[in-house]
Formats: sequence, structure tokens, C-alpha cells
Amino acid sequence: MANAILVLAEQLRGEVSDITFEMLGAGRALAGASGAPLYAALLGSEAAPLAAKLGTADKVFVVDNPQLNLAPAGTVAAALKVLLDQTQAGLVLLGCTNVSLGISSILAARAGLPMVNFCRAAKAEGGAVVCTSQLFGGKILSDVKLAEGRGVVSIYPGAFSPDAGKSDKTPPVEKVDLPVEESKVVFKQYLEPETGDVDITKQNVLVGVGRGIQTQDNVQLAEDLAQVLGGAVCASRPVIDQGWLPLNRQVGKSGMNVKPRVYLAFGISGAPEHWEGMQNSQCIIAVNTDPKAPIFDGAHYGVVGDVLEVLPALTEKVKAKKG
Amino acid sequence: MNLYVLLKMVPDTVEELNVAADGKSLDSEFLRFKLSEPDDHALEQALILKEKHGGKVTVVALDAPEVDDVLFTALAKGADRAVKVPINQAGLGTVASAKVLADFFAASGQITPDTLLLPGSQAIDDLEGEVAPLLAAALNLPYVGVVCGVKAAADGKATVMKEFAGGLRAEFEVTLPTVLGIQSAEKPPRYVPVAKVRAVMKSAKIEDADLTPPDRPIQLDIERMYKPEAAGRAEMFEGTPEEVADKLVEVLAKNSVI
Repeated sequence: MANAILVLAEQLRGEVSDITFEMLGAGRALAGASGAPLYAALLGSEAAPLAAKLGTADKVFVVDNPQLNLAPAGTVAAALKVLLDQTQAGLVLLGCTNVSLGISSILAARAGLPMVNFCRAAKAEGGAVVCTSQLFGGKILSDVKLAEGRGVVSIYPGAFSPDAGKSDKTPPVEKVDLPVEESKVVFKQYLEPETGDVDITKQNVLVGVGRGIQTQDNVQLAEDLAQVLGGAVCASRPVIDQGWLPLNRQVGKSGMNVKPRVYLAFGISGAPEHWEGMQNSQCIIAVNTDPKAPIFDGAHYGVVGDVLEVLPALTEKVKAKKG
Repeated sequence: MNLYVLLKMVPDTVEELNVAADGKSLDSEFLRFKLSEPDDHALEQALILKEKHGGKVTVVALDAPEVDDVLFTALAKGADRAVKVPINQAGLGTVASAKVLADFFAASGQITPDTLLLPGSQAIDDLEGEVAPLLAAALNLPYVGVVCGVKAAADGKATVMKEFAGGLRAEFEVTLPTVLGIQSAEKPPRYVPVAKVRAVMKSAKIEDADLTPPDRPIQLDIERMYKPEAAGRAEMFEGTPEEVADKLVEVLAKNSVI
């Protein structure tokens, strides 16, 4: 039989993350091609109760050990290595997320397997697996062949359908006891997100600004538009890192997931980390000076132009239309 | 504190990127390089820690186009030492790069009990994984990634803040020495005037580190690189700002937000 596929099920605070279902769906498709079993691993006492939700897997391995709750990447990688040896899995899927970052690299190094990062498509080709990864902020794709389908693959969130990984079936569960090494990284406490004045996840219209807004003063142009539209201003990472808008306005990997009716992206290139947080908006309008910006590949409407000119013009036109 | 910042050059994605004739790598002819953004934040975080707790900041980079400017800029910002490893970064995957850096730290024997190794959390070309965890694994040091704040604590420990999702963060206590993948510094990276960089170029030196190039520059079997097909490309509006604004107003109306 072909190598088994092992998915590290990701959860945060007792909720299975969407990426887990995306990986199970992707794993199921690859397993279907090779006839290999699909396994899921749930690590930690907070994760253990979630096994029943992973019915897409042929079996769920549960390590019900509190030392694995929010454990550092090195500790998780060590535990996964034990499961890898035990299950004889050849392909391991992990989330390319902040929660899991680093685990894949360490596991691959320890297991002597190749690691493929930023994967957004994978297909079986004979016994091999070909992974397509996005590099350079989404501007280039790369196809990598894993011979004999062996490797550690970090799956980009939003690339696969979570529905394909959901099932009503109850999977067989095997409890595994394995030694967990004492770690030099210890979880202390969560720092809750600042709530602030505005909840950007609850807006009909969002005016997003990126690096192209250029200065803190120019953010006001976006505020003006948001005000006439009855929406709110949000931003990609560079704007937040500059301190031009508070953290609760960040959209993307570390920030919020938003699904407004209309998302206007001004001066946002559409790097995967941002796209991940707003791709499910019903209508995406992008304005950017770079005609090759990846945002135009996913947006519904686009304008190649200077945001500092288009923003105030649009604000005036909306005002006029509303009378 | 003994602070090492690992600096890496990446292609500037504002420029157009093209695939080389071999179909498996970037065409380097017209590439413009810049410092990987998280690495810039790692430098800032190191400088903040030095200002608070004292110590020494050393910046380390593999050879790459324009890397000297970046190293001198780091010195002008307040780094104490700059080391260039004369192995060309081009054509090295993350695994090989991490191996070279691990050799550097193992050979120099400079990992003291108060050492922090600060690479950027991730880079846009990290196809084979990230340097930070690979370095930690090779040197058998603890690692935390997606770090957005570091506070030194007493007794050889540090409190680090890691980002999760949805604005959620968490604090971890780490025993030094350690590797921390920095996502963003507590403050935006500082600006340094060009005149100051020029002055540093005249007075300061970049040290060389003598290391052996890795046997396998790339671990992965890259079949091809290519530009994404613009399948779902946006409907584009052209014209003056006023003309495109008119079109956008129609779209907003159609979507019932005005």
C-alpha cells in the first residue's frame, strides 16, 4: 500500500480551525488517488475532545497530554515524529498558519524529509505528489515534485475547500501515549485583541488601505470615503506596523477575517497574507498603481491608478450620488 | 545581551519578476533586491533590546546584491558589528542557508547564555521552510516564531509575544539562548539618514566569515516556476480619476451599498 498521509489537525481554544478541514479534504483527494490511508493527529488535552469532528480521516491519533497544549514548534515536531514513525506515514500536511509556523521545518529536518512551503495545490502523479506553491508575495508559482509522495507540506489557508474535509462520520480514534520533552518555551497567557471602537468583521463596506497610501495623513482620505459609505477603514500589515491604524483594523493572517458586501482595496498589492483575510468578500474592488499586482487576479473590479487621486474622486462622486 | 540579527536580501516584488530560461528560477538580470521586511523588524527589535538592556548587536548576512548597503545601514542604525558570509545566497534554498548560518554560529562559538538569534519570521521565497526553526533545530535551541515583541526578564529568560489569528496574541517565557523569528518589532523600523550611512561606510568595516558552501544548495526537486495565470482577472476600468470613480459608483450601487 502507498504511504499513509498524516494531517496535523489544528485548533485554537477548543475550535477546529478551517485549515484542518482544508487539509483533510486535500489529503482525502491525494489518498484517493493512491489508496493510502488518511490519518489525523490531535495533540494536547485541549485538542483531544475534537476527534469526532475529523470524520474524513480513516483514523485519528490523539495524544491527550496537557504538555502539548500551545506547545512550541520543536515539542510538537518531536511528537509528530513519533507518530510518523509509528504510522509509517510518508506525507505530512500542516497548516501554513501562525499557529503551526515552524513545526514543518523542524519535523522535516528531524525526519530527513523534504519540506514544501506555501502550498496551494497538490496532485498525485504516479507515486509522486506535485505541489504548487506561491512565492514572492503571490507573483510566482512553483511546482515541486515529491518523489514517492514523501515529504512535509505546509498548506496555505484558503487554497483548498474546507467542505471537502468535513464529514458526519465518526472516525476510529487511537489514543497514543508518548514522551513529551520538557520545553524551554512556556505559555504564559493570551493577550486578547483590543476591541476598540469598530468591529471590522461586522461592516457592510470596508475601505482597505495598504502601502500605497504612503503616509499617515493620507489615511484620512480613506476615512472620508468610509464615512460617506457608512463603512470602516481597515488595512494590510505594513500600515498597521507603521502605527497608522490600530491593530483591530488589520485584515489578514494575523488580523481579522472579513466578508463585507464590498471590499475596496486601495494601494494593497494582494500578498497572500492579506488575501487570506478578505478573499471571501462578496465584491472586491482594487485600485493600485502596479498593473501586475496580484490583487487584480482575484478582485472583481480593478483600476490601475493613483489611490491618492481615485480616493477623493470617489468620495465626491458617492456624496453627489447620495445627494 | 548578545544579539544577533540575520539579514537576508529578497527580490523587490514591486518590480516585475520574470522566470529564467531554465524555467526553474527567477531571472536575476533585472532583479532589484531589498532587505526582507521581517528581517528589518528583527533589526529594530534588537536595537530596542540593546537600548533597554545594553549589550551588543551583530548583523549577519550571506552575500547578495546590495547586501553591503544593508549591512552599513544596520551599523548606522546602531548595530555594533556586521559580518558577511562570502557564500552567494542566490541559488541557496532555505535549508542550505540555515545550514551555513548554523555552521557560522557553531564555529564561532559565540552563543553565550544571554544570546538571542533574531531572524525574520518568514521570507517571501521560503519554499523549503523558514530559517528560524531550522537554525533552532540545528543548534538545539528553543524557538518561537511570529514574534511581535520581546522583553528581557531576569535569570536568563525573556518574555516574547507571538501572534495567532484574529488579533489574538499570547505571551511565552523562553529560556536563553534562543532563536526568535521576528514578525514585527514593537515600533516601526527606524529611519537613518543617507549621510550617516555614508559616514559609516568610510569608518566601519564589514567582517568576513570563512565558511564552506553547502553540498546541496537546493533540497527540492523544482519542476518549474511560472507566473500565475490571471484566470479570474478583474474587470478593469480606465480613464481619469473622475471617470473611474463614476464606474465605481455604479458598482457600489449595484451591490446595494449606496
